[in-house]
Amino acid sequence: MQDPYQVIHDTTYRLLTKAATELPTDVKEALKAAAEREKNETAKTQLSAILTNIEIAETGIPMCQDTGIMIFYVKVGDKFPYIGEIKNALTRATEKATAEVPLRPNAVNPIVGGNSGNNTGVKIPWINWEIVEGSSLEVTAFPKGGGSENVCIVGMLKPGVGLKGVKKLVVDNVMSYMGAACAPNIIGVGIGGGSDIAIKIAKQQLLRPLNDKHPEPEVAKIEQELIEAINTSGIGAMGLGGDTTVLGVKVDYAMRHPASLPVGVAVQCWAARHSTAVISKDLKVTYVTHPLEGK
Amino acid sequence: MVEYHLTTPVTETDARKLKVGDVVYVTGKHVYTARDEAHERALKMFEKGEKPPVDFEGSVVYHVGPVAWQKNGKWVIVSAGPTTSGRMELFEDEFLRKYKARIIVGKGGMGPKTLGALKEVGAVYCSYTGGCGALAAKGLKEVTAYEWQDLGMPEALWVITAEEFGPLLVTMDSHGNSIHADMDKLIASRKAEVYAKIGITQ
Repeated sequence: MQDPYQVIHDTTYRLLTKAATELPTDVKEALKAAAEREKNETAKTQLSAILTNIEIAETGIPMCQDTGIMIFYVKVGDKFPYIGEIKNALTRATEKATAEVPLRPNAVNPIVGGNSGNNTGVKIPWINWEIVEGSSLEVTAFPKGGGSENVCIVGMLKPGVGLKGVKKLVVDNVMSYMGAACAPNIIGVGIGGGSDIAIKIAKQQLLRPLNDKHPEPEVAKIEQELIEAINTSGIGAMGLGGDTTVLGVKVDYAMRHPASLPVGVAVQCWAARHSTAVISKDLKVTYVTHPLEGK
Repeated sequence: MVEYHLTTPVTETDARKLKVGDVVYVTGKHVYTARDEAHERALKMFEKGEKPPVDFEGSVVYHVGPVAWQKNGKWVIVSAGPTTSGRMELFEDEFLRKYKARIIVGKGGMGPKTLGALKEVGAVYCSYTGGCGALAAKGLKEVTAYEWQDLGMPEALWVITAEEFGPLLVTMDSHGNSIHADMDKLIASRKAEVYAKIGITQ
């Protein structure tokens, strides 16, 4: 039988490699469609550079030099037998990917300064743990770049401003950072819960497929309104003007406290890198976003 | 829109020819990377009367923290798209006045202080498409020196020989024009239309 640690480690290494070098198909398709629709000449050149860059990267080169800070989403089945191996395997795979892909060392100590040199350190990689029913393990590698992270916000609104106030926060944010987050962007919005819950929900939305609509029509309508409003702004690719400022807006919510209306807004650059795999209890690996060649 | 293929060191005359909307490709040995910390260090050295390891006059200063690795003992740039230039607004005007770099490359544009210095010194700011690290690396042919390594890989001063590095879009020129400032005005003028889409009338 295979070594469970080794399987989780090797799978994670492939996830990190694929995330850095190949965009998920839905993002690639959305960028191509945006390039075809675009009427603004400057935006056309920007989108065409992005598409060329994606092609070059697929030969195994990180598409962006900012290969992100390492974040994982882990859904572990309550009957998955190797829970104790996960954290170590993810950390060691991060170190290996840093040296071999290579990835840029992006883990800096905020107190005493200094870069750890291998993308690991205090609480990094950050692992979002979720216990689910079942016997398998799902790992998503989600390296997040600094430029788009710098324009994520949490607004603690007065409940009286209602959903109009929520939408205003989202569009005002885009109109203030303009192209700084390497537009076209994907925007995740989390409403309710608390300050931490709202931004956590917002960030999780960035992992939804781009063609996915929220199952509740009221929420799906907000998503659509926000896409149209933001694309009316004319900010365009890289903030140099154009028709497509966002590829998608994804919204979700939690119940809120009567006195609070927290809103998290998570911003993703066009290099929406993430890669997911499922490992069964007998250590069979299925790659979800980046299937193995020939499958 | 005019397309230029320039060789470094870039002269003041060449830099002053460039106008917003022009596209530039750069070839030559004087492409230097510099982010926050390299700018800060270069300015401090100037104050102390010390000389940085390179002569910035006529150079292309690229706001980037590259991914690089050593192959057969030589450093190679793997991926090197631009970082957000706004952070360097703190230093760039003084840097331009003191060192006379002619082309600043980055993303997101810079502010009025830099625009003023570009005019005074005779230099331009060019935007390179953000996130296009793999594409940019194609034009960054050779690392001739890796200075200020104590700042770490992203913040260090990389000395690069470029070959047809581009397309660099001139978005701020030495005549006081800035596409970024124009965009700010355009977005402000569209605000009411954007708000209308979410049911807000002002």
